[in-house]
Amino acid sequence: MAKTPVTFTLNGSAKAAFANPGQNLLDFLRREVGDLAPKYGCGQGTCGACTVTIDGETMLSCLVLAQAVEGQDVRTASGLATGATLDPLQVAFMDHFAAQCGYCTPGMLVSARALLDRNPRPGREDVIEAISGNLCRCTGYEPIIAAILAVANGKARA
Amino acid sequence: MILVETHPTLDDAARAMSGDAAYMAGGTLVMRAVNEGQGPARLLRVSDPNLRALRSSGDTLTLGAGMTMANVLSHRDLAFLHPVARVVGGPQIRNMASVAGNLFAAHPYGDFAAALLALGARVIPVGQGSARNVEDVLRDRGRAGLISAVELQRPNDPRNFGFLKISRVKPKGVSVLCIAAYLPREGGRIRGARIAFGAMGPSPLRSTGAERALEGQALDATSIARAAAAATEGLEPPTDQIASEWYRREVAGVHLKRLLSGMEHS
Repeated sequence: MAKTPVTFTLNGSAKAAFANPGQNLLDFLRREVGDLAPKYGCGQGTCGACTVTIDGETMLSCLVLAQAVEGQDVRTASGLATGATLDPLQVAFMDHFAAQCGYCTPGMLVSARALLDRNPRPGREDVIEAISGNLCRCTGYEPIIAAILAVANGKARA
Repeated sequence: MILVETHPTLDDAARAMSGDAAYMAGGTLVMRAVNEGQGPARLLRVSDPNLRALRSSGDTLTLGAGMTMANVLSHRDLAFLHPVARVVGGPQIRNMASVAGNLFAAHPYGDFAAALLALGARVIPVGQGSARNVEDVLRDRGRAGLISAVELQRPNDPRNFGFLKISRVKPKGVSVLCIAAYLPREGGRIRGARIAFGAMGPSPLRSTGAERALEGQALDATSIARAAAAATEGLEPPTDQIASEWYRREVAGVHLKRLLSGMEHS
């Protein structure tokens, strides 16, 4: 069956690639576009490892049809760093040991960045709510919460 | 292989529907099936942004079928539904999952549908068909057809509507059960009690026992105790990984009592 061309913006750059019929955005980004930051965890919308933002809203790329992002603005964890300069959240995640196996980290970072873009001074409850759609089986969440709060409170290494 | 069709309007999609096609709104249900290789031969989508609109006329609120839970949370007019929309999935799911889609969510999902059932919502089909009670749609979801909107009356007093979701994982977890209660009062007496449970049957169901115990009564310790004792009448709780049928039956009355006790007012 014919592949469908999809043109969209990925982390600020114009992209075009062909999507297979019924292909989800996660698979499309990883296989056809080459962005390996979003991870495949469950394929059921439960784990959050595939979290991306589409037109500024966090979504689960495994539940989005690749063709649906035609003309839209997609952002992944790959777009957080600018050249060699990491996003403050990435630095804070290192400093607070917020990544152990690292599999949930790209999704966590996207959810955390979306929170801080919307609410630069979140409280602990806001942070917990914002990452409630992202499962982590290593850290027990506390180091992740601490890292995000450190950036929010301006206490993270720049 | 799946053929994806994007239609400009819901009417166009309705004309293109057939036995081998499925309609996709937010994708949180249909894409799961697609990812598991269980998708339909044809997947129909609609690009019309009006499907996400909220219209209000007097006390009648019309929620576009494609409104997401996040859309619901962004409308002050729907404040009474915020406690419901807020506990559906995590933030990403709330940016995707739609009002009408929730009516088709299989157990244990469908918390929002339970609230719509308690509120006596009406389902507006695509085209010229007449509105149907949400109850009828939930009873036979396979034949619901395409839905353009869900219509409901704003509670005359927001304190008369209450919602409680019980889950093991917080803040995001699936329902052990959820309860939506709409208890309009006239002269201090309940008139037209509607109590709906989610995750207590194949689809959200009304507790006929609790409704009968409350009808015509004042909401007080006595009527609440009677409603709690009769809570599981009309329900068909299943056993799954979250809880057994026995457990769900045991705790249904306890949680109903907690919800109703918080809704007492003069």
